[in-house]
This record gives sequence, C-alpha cells and structure tokens, in this order.
Amino acid sequence: MSAGERSLRARVRLPLGIGEVQAWQALGLVAIIALFVFYPLIDRNQGDVSSVADAGYFLLLVFGLNIVVGFAGLLDLGYAAFFAIGAYAYAMVASTQFNLHFNFWPMLILSGCVAALFGVILGFPTLRLRGDYLAIVTLGFGEIVPQVFLNLDKYTGGPNGISNVDQPVLFGYHFGFNPVPYYYLYLVVALISLVLLNNLKHSRLGRAWMAIREDELAATHMGVNPVTTKLLAFAMGASFAGLAGCIYAAKLTLISPDEFNFSVSVTVLSAIVLGGMGSLTGAFIGGLLLAVLNFKVLPQVTNWTHALGAALHNEAVQNLDLHYIIYGLILVLVMLFRPEGLVSTASRRAELHHAQPAASAAAAGVE
Amino acid sequence: MATFLQQLINGIAQGGMYALIALGYTMVYGIVELINFAHGDVFTLGSFLCIAILALLGVSASGQVIGGWQGALIALLVILLAALLCGVVGVLIERFAYRRLRNAPRLAPLITAIGVSFLLQGVMRNWKGPSEISFPQFLPNPTFSYGGVHIDARELLVVVVSIAMMIALQLFIYNTKLGKAMRASAQDRDAAQLMGINVNSTIAWTFFIGSALAGVAGFISGMYFGTTMFTNGYQAGLKAFTAAVLGGIGNIAGAMLGGFLIGIVEAMTAQYISDQWTNVVVFSILVLILVLRPSGLLGEQLPEKV
Repeated sequence: MSAGERSLRARVRLPLGIGEVQAWQALGLVAIIALFVFYPLIDRNQGDVSSVADAGYFLLLVFGLNIVVGFAGLLDLGYAAFFAIGAYAYAMVASTQFNLHFNFWPMLILSGCVAALFGVILGFPTLRLRGDYLAIVTLGFGEIVPQVFLNLDKYTGGPNGISNVDQPVLFGYHFGFNPVPYYYLYLVVALISLVLLNNLKHSRLGRAWMAIREDELAATHMGVNPVTTKLLAFAMGASFAGLAGCIYAAKLTLISPDEFNFSVSVTVLSAIVLGGMGSLTGAFIGGLLLAVLNFKVLPQVTNWTHALGAALHNEAVQNLDLHYIIYGLILVLVMLFRPEGLVSTASRRAELHHAQPAASAAAAGVE
Repeated sequence: MATFLQQLINGIAQGGMYALIALGYTMVYGIVELINFAHGDVFTLGSFLCIAILALLGVSASGQVIGGWQGALIALLVILLAALLCGVVGVLIERFAYRRLRNAPRLAPLITAIGVSFLLQGVMRNWKGPSEISFPQFLPNPTFSYGGVHIDARELLVVVVSIAMMIALQLFIYNTKLGKAMRASAQDRDAAQLMGINVNSTIAWTFFIGSALAGVAGFISGMYFGTTMFTNGYQAGLKAFTAAVLGGIGNIAGAMLGGFLIGIVEAMTAQYISDQWTNVVVFSILVLILVLRPSGLLGEQLPEKV
C-alpha cells in the first residue's frame, strides 16, 4: 500500500455529528457538496436550474417520509397531504387571497409546525392500527385533505387554487422568478436537514424508532413508549413536507389541490424504497434519481419520440407516450434485482440473504 | 322516500362494482399479503379488452342494439374472453413482478405493484389514447318502475353478477381441492408446502381468479357507465381496496359488504350532502370504522404473534 493510498484510507473525524469516515469518503462528500454549490454557476440554463431546484422539494419530501417509513416503519400512503397543508398554510396568509402578506421566513418555520400539528392529529387515530390497515387509513387522509382544500373554495380558491403567492425577500433581495435563489434555499434547507437527520437517526429517539420498526412488542417491553415515539415520527416527518410545501408555493406562486394527489405520495415512497429503506444516503440517491427521471429525463423521452414521429411522418410514433411505461419498468426492474434498494445497510442485507436460502431450500424440497 | 329508495338502488349498483373488484384484492391479499396496486388497472384493461373483442365481433359504439339470445350470447362470449385474458395477465404479473420478491422486504413487492400499475396505464394510454372512450351499449336496457322508483337492466346486471360471483367464489373456496389449497397457503405457506401443496401454482391460480373477476367487472362497468378511460383503475381500485379493508381484508363476504356499504354511502352523500364531499365522507367513515374495529367489519381480531 503506497503512502498516498494509506492517507486516503486514514480516518477523519467530521464535525456536526457526521462522525468518523475514511479520507476518500470525506473528499467525496466535499466534492459532491461543492458540485451542488457551484452547479448554477456552471449550468447557465435557467430551465435546468429550475428543474434541479424542483428536485429540492422532492428531496425534502423524501427525507420527511424516510422518518415515518424508513426509520419508524410506519407505512404512510398519504404523505402528500402534509405537503398540501404546508403549501396552503403559506399561500393562504401570503397572497391576494385574503390580502394578507405575512413574511416568508417566519412562515417557513410555521408551515413546518402546522404540518407537524396535523401529523399528530392524523397520526393519533392510526396508533392502534398495524401494517396495511395503517396504510389504507393514511391513504384515506391523502384523499381527504386535497378534497377539503378543493371544496372549501371560499378560503382556498377551490379548483383554481391560490395564485399570486408572495415570493420571498431576503435582506432587500427579491427572489422573483429567478430559479437560482430558490435553488440555494433548497440546498441550504436540504443540507441542514441531512445533518439533523443523521444526528436524529443515532439519537435515543432514532433508536426507539428503529426498535418499533423491527418489533413493536419487544420495543414496548424494553421501555419504548410507542405512542409518543410514533407521534413524533408522524410530526417530524410531516414538518419536512410542510417546509417543502411552503417553498414550493413561493417558487411556483400558484398552487391548486390536484398537485397533491396520490401519485406524489407514491413517487416519494418509491424513492425511499428504491434508494434503500432507512438509509439516509439511500433516501438521497433514490430521491435525486426519481426527481431527475420524472422532471427531466422522461419528459425528454416524450419529446424525442414526438420528434422521431414527426421526422418519420408516422403519427403512431408521434403520439407515443412512453413516460409511464419506462417509469413503471424501472420501478419493477430495480426492485426485482435489488429488493433491498440501491443503498442497503449491512444489517439489512444480512437479514435478507439469511432468509433466502432457507426459503428456497423449502421450495426445492417440495416440488 | 322514493328518492331514498332510488339512491339506495344506485348505491347498491355502484357498490356491486366495487365489490367485484374488491374480491380480487381480498383474495390476493389473503394469500400473499400484498396490496396489489395493479389490480385496479387490470380492471380497466378488462374494459379495454371488451371494447376490442366487441370490435372484432363487429359491435361498435354506434348504438346498435342486439336483443334476444344473440345479444346474450355475445355478452357471455365477451365476458368469458375478457375474464380469461385478464386472468392470464394477472398470472403473468405475478410470475414476473411478484414471485421473485415473495421473501423480500414487505415494501419491495408494493413498489413493483405500483410499477406494474404505471406500466399498464402507459400501455392502455398508448393503445386507446389519453381521453375517455365509449363502450358499446349493445344490450337492450328496459327500465322497470314501481312507485316512482326505477331500476334498469344494467343496474340489475351489476347486482346479480356481483352477488353470483361472490357466491360462486365462496363455494369454490370452501368446496374444492384448489380452494382448500388456497386457504391452507393463506394460513401458513411453509406448512402447506410440507403437506404437498404446490404453493406456486396455488398462488398463480389465486391471481388468475382475482384478475378474471376484474375482467368481468371491466365488462359490467363498461355497460353501466358507457365509457372508460386509462386512468379509471386508480379511483375504482382505491375504492375497491377501501371496500376490502373495510370488510376485513382477506374475507370474501367482508369485501362484498364493504363494497355495497361504500356504494350506498357515496350515493347518499351525493344526494343529501353534496357531490363534492363523497370521498371525504367515504374515507372518514373508513377511518372511523378502523379506529373502532382495527381489523375491519368482518375481519378476525388476531392476537399478535410473539
């Protein structure tokens, strides 16, 4: 082993509770952060920066749901409800809707808090439920919340939603429609969230969540209070969606109830499972992958087939819409070949590969 | 009173459809504990296949009515073919998307199910386009009236077919060897295997029957609503799944009960509260019932395994 190689493998202690990693991992981390920091300077195309910024709200949603599903093991199929609550919480008090113009920055925190409150309110009735019964009740909430926003048209603008939402102003700098400041806002919030989540995961609460996930009964007998632990997971998970909703509303300046439907919840959940349940790196990679795929690559594919059809004068090819076919195939194939997700922790892998030989042996024995 | 009875009939007809789709959800869940999100889309595929088969038979959406034994024969043929094709699609989905993941973490097959759902929607969208398509109304539709309450033949069809299917399914599961194998595999897959049951083929048959029922529902729904669309499976599947859970998932009579209940609640909400609030009311009732009875209306309250 050369001296250079040895120094790459040297252990470095990183601040902010990230802990001890090897030097090359630390370098990689710095390089990735640098790439994200300098990205808007490299890519001057505003459309590109805007789509990457939109990946920001998606990542925040993934981080939040990762607490509920990944850490605490509570299957939530209606997570978009909290995204909607955060977005409406800001849009209702910072637009021409009621002619209220609350400042963006305190509302950013407050939207998170409102969503967290609803996380507790909606989480409360589900405490007794397990597994798929929990899933269907959360799915129900995911259907109820947007419909309530749709129907209370006196307050929410009904199907038209709320337009002219105020854009943030920071020390006299107006964010306007320029995607770059929103990009940096998302980046800062995402980085802070990652550090917080990493610490949270290894805290007493984080360990309690994982204990509940692995075996609720055993965890309860070890002194973990399932009620507060689960409610904290719902609340903290929802607060991320609230934050994301607030920035989302401010960036788009227009929100309507149909943007918060089941497919949002499902895509966020897919990102977590695809990335690797319970792993922060996995959530990050899965979220980024699906965001790029959905916001950038797949709409592009439709443009390509359209152009190809136009060139070939073939109407069938021109009208081809492969977006959902490719997306569906990717979900199926990734899961078939990596059921534990793209990034899997050693313990999770061990658990899987331990279980498999026994099952296949049983199958071989009978047939 | 007449309005109430009329809405009750509408609700029962609508509920029968949910029940028919819910049967497939509940069967699959009972045996592999998987929320088969693709099931709603198999149902829509059923409607699409019926339209294609009818077109092959020369029946189009022009509004021609074929009465008598001829119409009945065509209907029967279309139902059987659609059920068969949907059943085959269901078996293929199980074989390629779910079987490998039977011992994987719980959420992995859920995500492939969602993937298959997107895939089917994408295929149907490219097949018949993104807008609503009409379903040929080729059967005569006489209306029977009694004291201001009207029932038409389509509504009767939905109710009769869904109840007949449930009874047939119940008889099948409790009186045949394959049904017994299904119940055994649902209870304990490993033990069933040790008793000489071929679990793989039993599960494949479960998917076949569940998906074939979705195909039948596809025909009935096409006749009842007169239109279909590639995204239809989402709302219908959602309601059907809710029906299955409401009744106690894995329980056939429960799925039926849940389906009718949701249909009736929807019709009553639309009549007496407002059209816009149906989903809110339906899901609020679902939450309330599950909070009071966490395993559904007819589900067994199982003690937790340690």
